[in-house]
Amino acid sequence: MSDHQDTPAGQLPIELILLRQVASYLDLPVFLIDAEGRLVYFNEPAEPLLGLRFDEVGELSMVDWLAAFRPADVDGDALATDHVPLVVALREARASHARLTISGLDGVRRAIATTSIPIRGQGGLLLGAVALFWSAP
Amino acid sequence: MKVALWGTRGSLPSAGPDTVRYGGNTACVEVRADDGSLLVLDAGSGIRRLGGALGAVEGRVDILLTHLHMDHIQGLGFFAPLFRGSGEVHVWGPPSIKADVRSRLGRYLSPPLFPVRVRDLGSRLVVHDAPERPTPIGPFVVEAALVVHPGPTIGYRISAGSRSVAYLPDHEPALGARAFPASRRWTSGHDLAAGVDLLIHDAQYTAGEYESRVGWGHSSVDHVLAFAELASVGRLVTFHHDPGHDDDALDALHQTMIARSGVPVEPGREGMSLTL
Repeated sequence: MSDHQDTPAGQLPIELILLRQVASYLDLPVFLIDAEGRLVYFNEPAEPLLGLRFDEVGELSMVDWLAAFRPADVDGDALATDHVPLVVALREARASHARLTISGLDGVRRAIATTSIPIRGQGGLLLGAVALFWSAP
Repeated sequence: MKVALWGTRGSLPSAGPDTVRYGGNTACVEVRADDGSLLVLDAGSGIRRLGGALGAVEGRVDILLTHLHMDHIQGLGFFAPLFRGSGEVHVWGPPSIKADVRSRLGRYLSPPLFPVRVRDLGSRLVVHDAPERPTPIGPFVVEAALVVHPGPTIGYRISAGSRSVAYLPDHEPALGARAFPASRRWTSGHDLAAGVDLLIHDAQYTAGEYESRVGWGHSSVDHVLAFAELASVGRLVTFHHDPGHDDDALDALHQTMIARSGVPVEPGREGMSLTL
């Protein structure tokens, strides 16, 4: 599963570049999206929960990563897109926390908790959002 | 377009017999369009001599500041056009999250650090936050973007007609990278520098020095060579020389750099002029 061939060519904002650098050193799953909601990075600790290495997945549009991970509530009912914490963080520009389940790209459904935070840069510009998440069976 | 270097030193003015060939003044670059329009990049101590060379006939002067560290603004209060009654000086620079450029600059141009306040200058001084989109200034188009360096710091890409120059005097694109260079998409400053005719870039450290100065906001020579190749620039001029590097040390550093570079490269020297 990869849409590397569709990856936009332009350089990402410096705030996202630095967040990725930090995330690559953290022992905490981190999932990073840009201002369009595009998945641009998840770090190594996120890989066991998402079921694949980022290099195998590549960047994904919001539609594609929502379809791939199929977020659902703890009862297994599919979450409306507008209720997914990372989408809330981006579209409503506020932090959002939830327990939910996701389907890993290896086909395994896992329970997680996540806190998602909007990323604002200079001039209040909304540049994307970041989800910190962890296993929460 | 013509580019002249009035100050190439980083961090601290370093005048003395050991820095005569590369110069001791801190960052200042003059950019001229074919019609004579002027942009000044940074206001380090090199701007004092530039101001003296401009004479009284200059109309509007635009100064583009990359950031407000002292070595980039310490010459501003000695820039002659600021004290002429008829002049108009526009200063552009990065705001911080909570303060605009004018209030940030006022912390330096006021007692006790400086005897004259901004409001007491003879010329008309207009201070702008750096543009968020490509912006025309006379015949130039100026693009600014944040780059990796402590505190709000921007680099510039300046175009006039078919010519372009990128100016990133304080830049540490390798900070935190697992491998450098990474892809263009994940490299600070890439889009500013991509394909320019001339890149003026920080090259403060040797590879060995960088190891003990990670996070200080500057590049090693190896980093800037890799960055210049990644961005496919036409020509590289190294800049922001370490105040601890005398002329002989810079000669040795640059000889190895020139031998390894994949793009035409030359060390920035105070007094150097380039035509694009």
